[in-house]
Amino acid sequence: MAERICGICSDAHTTCYTQAIEDLLGIEAPPRAKYIRVIIAELERIHSHSLWLGIAAHEIGFDTLFMYLWRDRETVMDMLEFISGNRVHYAMNTIGGVRRDIPSEMTPKIKDGLDFLEKRIKYYIKTISSDRTIQKRTVDVGILKPKDAIELCAVGPTLRASGVKNDVRRDDPYAAYDEIPFNVVTHDGCDVFARIIVRCEEMLESINMIRYALDHMPAGMLRVRVPMAVEPNEAVSRVEAPRGELIHYARSNGTARPERYKVRSPTLANIPALCKMLMGQHVADIPIVLAGIDPCFACMDRLALIDVNTGRKKILDFNSLRENIRRMRGNCP
Amino acid sequence: MSIILEAIRQIFKSPITLKYPFEKTDVPKDFRGRPVWNMQKCVGCGLCSRVCPSGAIEMIGKGLKAEIKHYVDRCIFCGQCSESCPRNAITMTDEFEHAGYDREKMIYEYRRES
Repeated sequence: MAERICGICSDAHTTCYTQAIEDLLGIEAPPRAKYIRVIIAELERIHSHSLWLGIAAHEIGFDTLFMYLWRDRETVMDMLEFISGNRVHYAMNTIGGVRRDIPSEMTPKIKDGLDFLEKRIKYYIKTISSDRTIQKRTVDVGILKPKDAIELCAVGPTLRASGVKNDVRRDDPYAAYDEIPFNVVTHDGCDVFARIIVRCEEMLESINMIRYALDHMPAGMLRVRVPMAVEPNEAVSRVEAPRGELIHYARSNGTARPERYKVRSPTLANIPALCKMLMGQHVADIPIVLAGIDPCFACMDRLALIDVNTGRKKILDFNSLRENIRRMRGNCP
Repeated sequence: MSIILEAIRQIFKSPITLKYPFEKTDVPKDFRGRPVWNMQKCVGCGLCSRVCPSGAIEMIGKGLKAEIKHYVDRCIFCGQCSESCPRNAITMTDEFEHAGYDREKMIYEYRRES
C-alpha cells in the first residue's frame, strides 16, 4: 500500500517503507535483493527525470522536446514492465527482500535499452545546452543561492543544482549504494537551467550504475524470513527518491499494526525554497520555477493549520476546506 | 537547431503511437493483470482475503464450500494473493482493461460447481 503514495516514485516509497519495517524487525535484506532494489530505483530515477524534463519543456512552451522525451521514456517504462510486471506500480519490494528476480536472460535486453537511452540523453543534453529558447527561458530564472538552499532545507536535485553536494545515497548509503561507484552531480548555476542539467546528468549516472549493478550482482536468496512479532520500537528510514530525500518514520507498539506512521515527502521540503526562488520573478516564469522543483502535490497533500497566537493545531480535510472557502466567498454555490 | 533536424527526420518515419482500440501492444510474460480463481483447486483457506492489502477479496462461507468475491475496483494488482495461495489456485491473467462506468459490474464472483 505504501506504493500508492506516489505514482511516479512508487519504488522509493516502498524501499523506504520496507527499510523502516526491516529496521523495526531487526532483519536485513539479502545482498542480491539489495542490488535489485538499486536497479529498480535507478530505472525509476531515469523515468521520473525524463518525465520531469518533458514537463519542464512543456511549461516553457517547447512541446516538440516534450513529445520526443516522452517517446523515449517509453523505453524505460517498457523495461520496468518487463522486469516487474507493471509499468507504474512495480510491487517489487517486500519486507525482507524483493519479490522477483532479475535473471541473467533479462540482462541483454535491459542493456540494449540502456544503450539506446544513453544515446538519446546525450543528444538531449546537447540540444538543451545549445537551444536558444531554453537558454532564454531558464538561465537566471528562479535563483536559489547555496546559502538559502541549505537554510531552507531544500533536498535532491534542487539542492544539488545550487552547488551543494548532498545525496542520501552517498551520505547515508542504503541498499547496495555503498558498493556501487557513482558521482554526485552538482551544478553551480543555481537557476532552472542548472536543475535541468543536473537531472540530465543524473540520468547518465543512473545508467552507469545499473550497468555496474547488473554485472556485479551477487547470487543468493531474494528474501529472508520475516519474524511475526514486532517489538515496541521506532525506526526512521531515508531514501534518495528522484525528487530528493524521502523520510519514513514508523513506531510499533508490539501489535501487528503500526502505532504511528509518518511520511515526509521531498516536495514538502522543497516548498519553502520555492518561495525564495519566486521572489522578483516575472509572472510568466512562475510555471517553470514551480515545475523546477519537480513538485508532486499528491505526495504532500496534507494540511495542518496552527494558530500562532493560541498554539492550537487543526487538521483540515478536503471537505471542511471546501466548506471554509465557500463561507469566505459568501453565497457561492 | 538540432531539434529541428530531428523533427524533419521524424516526418519520414512511421508514427510511434498505436491506434489503440484496434491495435494493442504485447503484454510481457509475467504481467500482473486481473487475478482469476480456479475453484477446483481452491480449498477455501481464506489466505488470499487475509493478505490482500486493499481488502479487495471477500470470502463467503468456509472451507470447501467457500465462495470468492473479487472487487476489481479495489484491487491494486500487486499479485500478493496469487503468491500466497498454497494451492496455486490464483493466476494473474494479462487482462488490463478494467475501466468502466459502473462499480457494481466490477465484482467478479467465483462459485463452486457441485
